[in-house]
Amino acid sequence: MSTVELQHITKHFPTVTALRDVSFTVQDREFFVLLGPTGAGKTTTLRIIAALLKQDEGHVLFDGEVVDHLTPADRDVAFVFQQYSLYPTMTVFENLAFPLRSPKRRLPEVEIRRRVEHAAEVLRIGHLLNRKTARLSGGEMQRVAIGRAIVRQPRIFLMDEPLSNLDAKLREALRAELQHMQKTQGNTVLFVTHDQIEALTLADRIAVLDHGRIIQIGTPADIYDRPATTFVATLVGTPRINLLPAVRENSTYYVSHSELHLPMPRDRNLPVQVQVGIRPEDIRLAADGPFAGTVALTEPLGIETIVHIHTGQQTLLSILPGMTDLKRNDVVRFHILTERLHFFDTEGRRV
Amino acid sequence: MATIELKQVAKRFGQNWAVKPMDLTVQDGEFLCLLGPSGCGKTTTLRMISGLEAVTEGSIWLNGRNVTWEHPSKRDIAFVFQFYALYPHLSVWENIAFPLQAEGEKKENIHKRVAEVVEILRIGHLLRQRPGRLSGGDQQRVALARALVRRPAAFLMDEPLGALDAELRESMRAEIKQLHIHQHATTVYVTHDQVEAMAMSDRIVVMSAAEVQQIGTPAQVYYDPTNLFVARFIGSPGMNLVDGRLEGDRIRLPGTENVIPIPPAYRPGLQALGSAEVIVGFRPEAAMLSSDGGLVQGEVYAVDMHGAYKLLHVSLGNGAGNTIVHIRADRLAPYAIGSPVRFHLNMDMVRLFDPKTEKAIPRLSEGATVMSVSDLAREVGR
Repeated sequence: MSTVELQHITKHFPTVTALRDVSFTVQDREFFVLLGPTGAGKTTTLRIIAALLKQDEGHVLFDGEVVDHLTPADRDVAFVFQQYSLYPTMTVFENLAFPLRSPKRRLPEVEIRRRVEHAAEVLRIGHLLNRKTARLSGGEMQRVAIGRAIVRQPRIFLMDEPLSNLDAKLREALRAELQHMQKTQGNTVLFVTHDQIEALTLADRIAVLDHGRIIQIGTPADIYDRPATTFVATLVGTPRINLLPAVRENSTYYVSHSELHLPMPRDRNLPVQVQVGIRPEDIRLAADGPFAGTVALTEPLGIETIVHIHTGQQTLLSILPGMTDLKRNDVVRFHILTERLHFFDTEGRRV
Repeated sequence: MATIELKQVAKRFGQNWAVKPMDLTVQDGEFLCLLGPSGCGKTTTLRMISGLEAVTEGSIWLNGRNVTWEHPSKRDIAFVFQFYALYPHLSVWENIAFPLQAEGEKKENIHKRVAEVVEILRIGHLLRQRPGRLSGGDQQRVALARALVRRPAAFLMDEPLGALDAELRESMRAEIKQLHIHQHATTVYVTHDQVEAMAMSDRIVVMSAAEVQQIGTPAQVYYDPTNLFVARFIGSPGMNLVDGRLEGDRIRLPGTENVIPIPPAYRPGLQALGSAEVIVGFRPEAAMLSSDGGLVQGEVYAVDMHGAYKLLHVSLGNGAGNTIVHIRADRLAPYAIGSPVRFHLNMDMVRLFDPKTEKAIPRLSEGATVMSVSDLAREVGR
């Protein structure tokens, strides 16, 4: 069992308040992701949990017990950084075994070997065990760094953007392996990232942070399908959500400077002025669609194509699967999946 | 108006080829990307076109004129760099006007032309500011404006978005493409980011190890890569590439019961292969998950959530060294890690490669195929 709980954590730095009244609980075996832009307070949160920083207010609890007084070593957490730091003159095996050979642990050599080999198998680096780490690729080095956390069998893994220094293809591969490892081994992980696909992909739950405050906590589906604010709505999803100002007459919203009109959800009484959020995939091209527009731009990405559609004075982003032969200035008709609309008030709060 | 032609252009540093002899014609008004990993020769190629780098071999032609040994300033080409290189002590307006002033342009013309580009790039509100106070995106807009204002015959851009964060890169990508649509100036654009190249280009030149691997439209390099390098490099994720073994008119894939038919278009090409080993390639959207059967079976290894869709990592076969393929799937359907899945393949989208040469096996052309029948006859006859 290991749960990690933050209760009303606040942290001030000389010129800025890094965290304000942050509370959440990472459940046992949960993959919990802190998502937010640079400066949101993500790394500060991790460092407080690891006891590398001391909070000004609030408490950190492990398994329900306050651990504020415990040193980093006594908290039994494993930290994986963006910049992997390995011992270049040691082999992969020696690097992995190193944390287990500290005088404090005194594990028998058989147990050390068992744990190292297990970690190497999970991370698919078994064939590299005798190699010096200086001769590894970036992706292999980060695997070894994660392996060094695994062998310790810590209470919780704290990972600070561990994939962000890798190139796109390596990042995708290691992301999948991290996910597979956590789901099959049942580790408890608190993972920090600014990459929304990493967050949506890896997380059981996501906490969205901005300027030291938690904006929303929820499953990836909650965050993507029911974003609490326009900030969250634009933080997840590429291309980003279409946000359009609209005014209601009776039960119909009219989008400014366009012919678009959208129904207010039944049994709801929403404000007269709103911002309507439409995910690009919820705009569907169809010959019998009620709305018309012209193609302003197509961006073929392979697996999907982003289509910029001019309608009135608005430009909507939509996506189509695969490649398309649509061209600029083509006239298209489309409909909008009204059951998947998002409504925000003029302050940007979901209504 | 500008066409750019490279005839057997090459660059060697001592014994090392930076660019092996290449032929290329950039059409008037075309947006062409030089794409490849770092060190592939793409920037050297661009610098040779600009005249900043001398060629070792070959010749460069601008509008039918041999400019191989002409000074960069005589080539009527504007260069936009990754790092904006603006004058920090001049205002935005002065930065943009600078190239015209240097050419001794008349004052009223300068005002008119600066006003034009400022409107296109929507930076009118920044004119009095110093570049140091601008965001990265605005600085790059100013750099673009300074290149545009000269009305050059062609633009050369060296990773102009490379220093920007992901979100800004995405919106600037669309802006540059819009700009190109309005100006229609011949553009050669260097990037290592295949997403950028796919999204922006009329044609892409894929380079690796100092050599051109393929020249084609985004659809051609995506669906019909000429070799395994292009298949892997283009697409996020790259093309699924799976070891296959020919058995009669079928191909056996990894996993105990995974067998697919040979696509008919490949039958002549395969006869010339002389081996039973092939590599089977298909894009994630060529696979269709199916609960009632499906030719290929596997197990969910991991699931990427991309918002609009899920990308399943499916492991074929068991144990170590298993093959993982990526499949596009519905965003709302649940897929548990470790659960079995079956899928069909759209056989028109299956591509075969020769594992020894790493090249695409020729197939009979239809629709989107790049290879003509005469090419095919030549390939098969070899």
